[in-house]
Amino acid sequence: MKIKYEYMNKLREYCTYLLGFLALFGSWHLLTYLMPSILFPGPAVVISKAFSLLQDGSLVENLSISLMRIFSGFILGAAIGIPLGLIMGNFRFMKRLLEPSTEFLRFIPSVAMITLAVIWFGIGEASKIFLIAYTTIFIVIISTAAAVLSIHTDKIRAAEILGANRKQIFFFVSLPAAMPGILTGLRVAMGNSFTTIVAAEMVAADSGLGTMLWQGRLFMLIDQIFVSLLALGLVGFAVDRLFRVGIIRFGGKYSAVA
Amino acid sequence: MNNKSFTSFIDVAKSFCSINGSLHEAVRDFNLDIGDNEFFCLLGPTGCGKTTVLNMLAGFESPTSGSINFAGKNITSTDSKRAVIFQSQDSLYPWLTVIDNVEFGLRMKGMPKAQRRQLAAEFLKLVGLSGHENKHPSELSGGMKQRVQIARVLANNPRMLLMDEPFAALDAQTRTLMQQELRRIWVRDRLSVLFITHDIDEALMLASRIGVMRAGPASSIKGFIEVRLGEERSRTTSDYAEHFQEVHNMIREEVMRSHQ
Repeated sequence: MKIKYEYMNKLREYCTYLLGFLALFGSWHLLTYLMPSILFPGPAVVISKAFSLLQDGSLVENLSISLMRIFSGFILGAAIGIPLGLIMGNFRFMKRLLEPSTEFLRFIPSVAMITLAVIWFGIGEASKIFLIAYTTIFIVIISTAAAVLSIHTDKIRAAEILGANRKQIFFFVSLPAAMPGILTGLRVAMGNSFTTIVAAEMVAADSGLGTMLWQGRLFMLIDQIFVSLLALGLVGFAVDRLFRVGIIRFGGKYSAVA
Repeated sequence: MNNKSFTSFIDVAKSFCSINGSLHEAVRDFNLDIGDNEFFCLLGPTGCGKTTVLNMLAGFESPTSGSINFAGKNITSTDSKRAVIFQSQDSLYPWLTVIDNVEFGLRMKGMPKAQRRQLAAEFLKLVGLSGHENKHPSELSGGMKQRVQIARVLANNPRMLLMDEPFAALDAQTRTLMQQELRRIWVRDRLSVLFITHDIDEALMLASRIGVMRAGPASSIKGFIEVRLGEERSRTTSDYAEHFQEVHNMIREEVMRSHQ
């Protein structure tokens, strides 16, 4: 009975999402119908263009190149940012020591670092990965440190009186308790990674969704621009879903994202 | 057994540095003995240092001066023999299921999975939560969460329970029910209990002995009252009314002072 109820709930959730997407595409279609212009293609035109770009392989190629860059840089950034954030959240001394660097660099946007990245690493993969890692690290550090600092004292104390040692408290209590905050940071960082990759590829690259956008402007391929935008939105939505699943897993079903 | 000073506070004082930099003295000349199968209620107005007393006994904080002994030893750190049940339900782990929460202490001690699962199931049954093993804390009501807390510490086989207003956040009916359940478990196990409350009725329904604290700062115990209401307690007897009056007379002045 309960299984069936949960199943129905899920089904209802997915149907609502589907309806939401239909509404989005419907209003887009309606807008193009009300304001017909060659500069504003409707969903039907864009989707058929997407299919032709899928068939000649260029959409898949550009999308996968951008995603590879995002994931490489993102994983690198998270791999550096999470441990640093955990250290800063657990040791006040380290927080004070590292804060001048993190709080200083955090306000230099990754977009401002594009020129430097190209000079240092060229227009190849390295500069993109550097930029994505750069934009990820500081958001992840701050949210991880904040997540550790906001763990309710009673959670730690409960572990102490249940006989856990310091190492066990870190791995079995602090880390999972900080997880929703860490994942929220990663989620925001992922959004920034999308911004950064597009900007970097528009300025200095010969492949990727950003390049596709830029070429669309150069050759007046309006429908190609829209295909890139559509791809960014859909992939971003899908990736974001994964983070939400993780946050709910650790934070309970009444987490802020639920 | 029947050691009347199983736990003893000897001339304990505790001061804190408050946020504005001045020194705040929570308790001074604090002396208290609790027996090894005594249900002791510490009753006092808000801000009188009740929680400070509990935190020191748990080992979360150390006294500024004086000493606290437990089972013949001076307390220097936390110990799973002195289990704490917190008022806040935030002490449960939302990423673990109910039974995993109850198993937590046993898991930390390295007990094999099958054995600890069986033990945890027994304690969940004791607190009336059989059938809820695989839920997460966020799916439980406030009273059920406090039951999980009780099962979680009992599974760890403590000698003493330290409870800091554990039922204060519950509605009146649930609170009464939880008091009865706790009393039933205490009658079964005869653990030493330090129960903190500001509710006279709650103290009378639970305690073998009540200690009333003075209004803070620099608080200590004003007096003790032996509760002779028997095993099965009722609020409608004249004995209950007499006890209530006695405790009320002792605490009233302190409550007034704490609000000045």
